[in-house]
Amino acid sequence: MLPWLIEIILFTVLIVAALVALGLRNLLAAVVTLSIFSFMSASIMVKLGAIDVAFTEAVVGAGAVGVINILAILLTSRKSAD
Amino acid sequence: MNEVTRDIVLRRHMEGPIVSPIVHVCIRGLVPFIQIVGLYVYFHGHYSPGGGFQGGVLMAASIILLRMSLGLADSQAVMPNRLPIPLAAVGALIYAGTGLFAMVAGGSYLDYGFLPIPGLEPAMLRNLGILMIELGVTLCVMSTIISIYDNLLGS
Repeated sequence: MLPWLIEIILFTVLIVAALVALGLRNLLAAVVTLSIFSFMSASIMVKLGAIDVAFTEAVVGAGAVGVINILAILLTSRKSAD
Repeated sequence: MNEVTRDIVLRRHMEGPIVSPIVHVCIRGLVPFIQIVGLYVYFHGHYSPGGGFQGGVLMAASIILLRMSLGLADSQAVMPNRLPIPLAAVGALIYAGTGLFAMVAGGSYLDYGFLPIPGLEPAMLRNLGILMIELGVTLCVMSTIISIYDNLLGS
């Protein structure tokens, strides 16, 4: 088992999630994809040994920012205009 | 989405509960556990990863979950609408007050070893001081996030 294999997998999912979130028209799905991005970034930080940063990233990125984005969608519109 | 539909969505979100029983049962089961984890993160902040900020965000997430599922009217029992801003002020006051208390007692700002509590050795005093600081941070972060949520909904 290669030692950096898990990091390669995490980075791949991270970049794919970011690109998918950029391309999606449905903004609610984009928020969910951003949560995946945030969770993958937290996992990478765990792999790098920064547990505290990873904890903050997971709590804020998946919890607070997701909720506020969903609220913004509720207040404006569900579909992207461009 | 035009103005009328937006008003309907907002009113339904603020007043009427979501009728799905699945959501209700899930939220009722989930929220106490989130709050327990938040308290654990706060109390173990100086032994393990975690601390005031993360614990506060977890507590706020549990209450926002209640607000989103039950509606604003039914979640007033857990956290009334007028409470978050005063709680944030109390949190900031606890933080600054602990620091100033140590400063008045002869140390520098936030030097917990000088807290004037009799009968405690300095190590216990520092433990207590960092707990007070984290309590202030937890209260402040929790109520600020809840008040941002309430404010975005215009209430």
